[in-house]
Amino acid sequence: MPTLTDNWDLFLEAFVNTILLFVVSGLFALIVGTLLGAFRVAPVPALRWFGAGYVNLLRNTPLTLVFFFVAFGFPYLEINFSFTTFAIIALSSYTAAFVCEAVRSGINTVPAGQAEAARAVGLTFFQTLRFVILPQAFRAVVPPLASILIALLKNTTIAAGFSVAEAGSIRANLSELGYPALAGLIWVVIGFLILVLPLSAAQRNLERRWSVAR
Amino acid sequence: MTVTEAPRPPKARRKPSTPTTSVLFDVPGPRARRRNALIGVIGTVAILAALGYVIYRFWETGQFSGTKWEIFAYKQPQITILEGYLNTLKAAGIAAVLALALGIALAAARVSDRAWLRTPAFAFVELFRAVPLLLLMFLFYYGAPTLGFRVSPLWAVVLGLTLYNGSVFAELFRAGIASVPRGQSEAAYALGLRKSQVMMSVLVPQAVRAMLPAIISQLVVLLKDTALGFLVTYDELLKQLKQLATAPDFEYPLIPLVLVGGVIYVATCLLLSWFATWVERRLARKGSHSAAPTMHGDVGQQMGGGAATI
Repeated sequence: MPTLTDNWDLFLEAFVNTILLFVVSGLFALIVGTLLGAFRVAPVPALRWFGAGYVNLLRNTPLTLVFFFVAFGFPYLEINFSFTTFAIIALSSYTAAFVCEAVRSGINTVPAGQAEAARAVGLTFFQTLRFVILPQAFRAVVPPLASILIALLKNTTIAAGFSVAEAGSIRANLSELGYPALAGLIWVVIGFLILVLPLSAAQRNLERRWSVAR
Repeated sequence: MTVTEAPRPPKARRKPSTPTTSVLFDVPGPRARRRNALIGVIGTVAILAALGYVIYRFWETGQFSGTKWEIFAYKQPQITILEGYLNTLKAAGIAAVLALALGIALAAARVSDRAWLRTPAFAFVELFRAVPLLLLMFLFYYGAPTLGFRVSPLWAVVLGLTLYNGSVFAELFRAGIASVPRGQSEAAYALGLRKSQVMMSVLVPQAVRAMLPAIISQLVVLLKDTALGFLVTYDELLKQLKQLATAPDFEYPLIPLVLVGGVIYVATCLLLSWFATWVERRLARKGSHSAAPTMHGDVGQQMGGGAATI
């Protein structure tokens, strides 16, 4: 207990940084991932190939290697940012690949017959999109997107290995101060449980309620 | 969507030609095709420009210099990389076996009729899926000495991977058992089989078939996650690459090493993924019931480090 109460500031700052990393990278990942997802269903082959290449490359690379490349490699390429920026670049480019896949498969879960039927009853392209396709695609996409974001939240811990002061780095800071590692780590774990468990409960709830739709 | 030779009216019958067939656009007519071709050219130019810029950056900062790449021609660096790769495979192999065993035990407990087995198993699975994998490894590597015993880096990695992936496997097995149509177990009970018999001879064989592709893709995730071992000083591929990158004789060849390391990881994972697809297709051909994992399983899980839900 003293490990937590003595170092309240350290824990607070670290978890604030964790949430910051999560929110900023999550936002970028959603934007880039949706764009890539649109590429992958585009009628233009070049865009589709680019999307597929990006996804296959990033999905089969460990996130640690992505971090490694960004944090250690970029300086060699004379691209210099703060470590936090590096972490955001690594997290969001990795997560974007998964967002892209979720978006793509979400759009693909809508049977083609739906669009055909919508056109057959005389809806315009945008009406079809607005009233028939997007609502269904959205429902299919939200649960997997939520689990991707939860994974992102947990993955922010890796930034600690690359000099970013977030929750994963608490242990190193505490052991410099001479506190036992175990107690510090257990508090970090509890912190993550507080963040992750409500999110995953909400996600499961959402999935259960929405999966009935089709 | 393939373009047919002659322009057809949009209402022409079409068959879903590629898996990416989308409901978002029609079969393009002549005007749309001209527009698409234009977007295609612009898109290609933009992508090539971006790639060109990356290559230019590499070139300008001397990443293509011969000295940097020479490192791969020497025996010692080759051995170091190979050792790292073997260590990666070793950790992944041990963890895969242990995680599968743990997953089976947890799944068995979770479908048990006894609440005193079911509830702790549920709590266990929930807990270890919610804790970041890296923190689990930290707990074993840095935390355990507080309690008076040391865990080697290898075992910190293996135990972390086992706890996390065991929990994921437990959920996969459980989902597999739940996916077997209810009539199967009803029929088996009607024949007078006991619960254990129903499980072993009716439900589990079908569950394993249904879940095999998802299990293999989770193994890909497990393999990828061994890279976290780098952060608890395990001598796996990344750590060896970092060590080699400090060689001044080769002008600090970090970028070439990362590129080669990336190729190794991507190749290994793609190989495993293809194996999963192959298994999936084989199972589908045999006419089993829907062997395809749900799309959530497909995307959420692949992410590693831990998607919390399947």
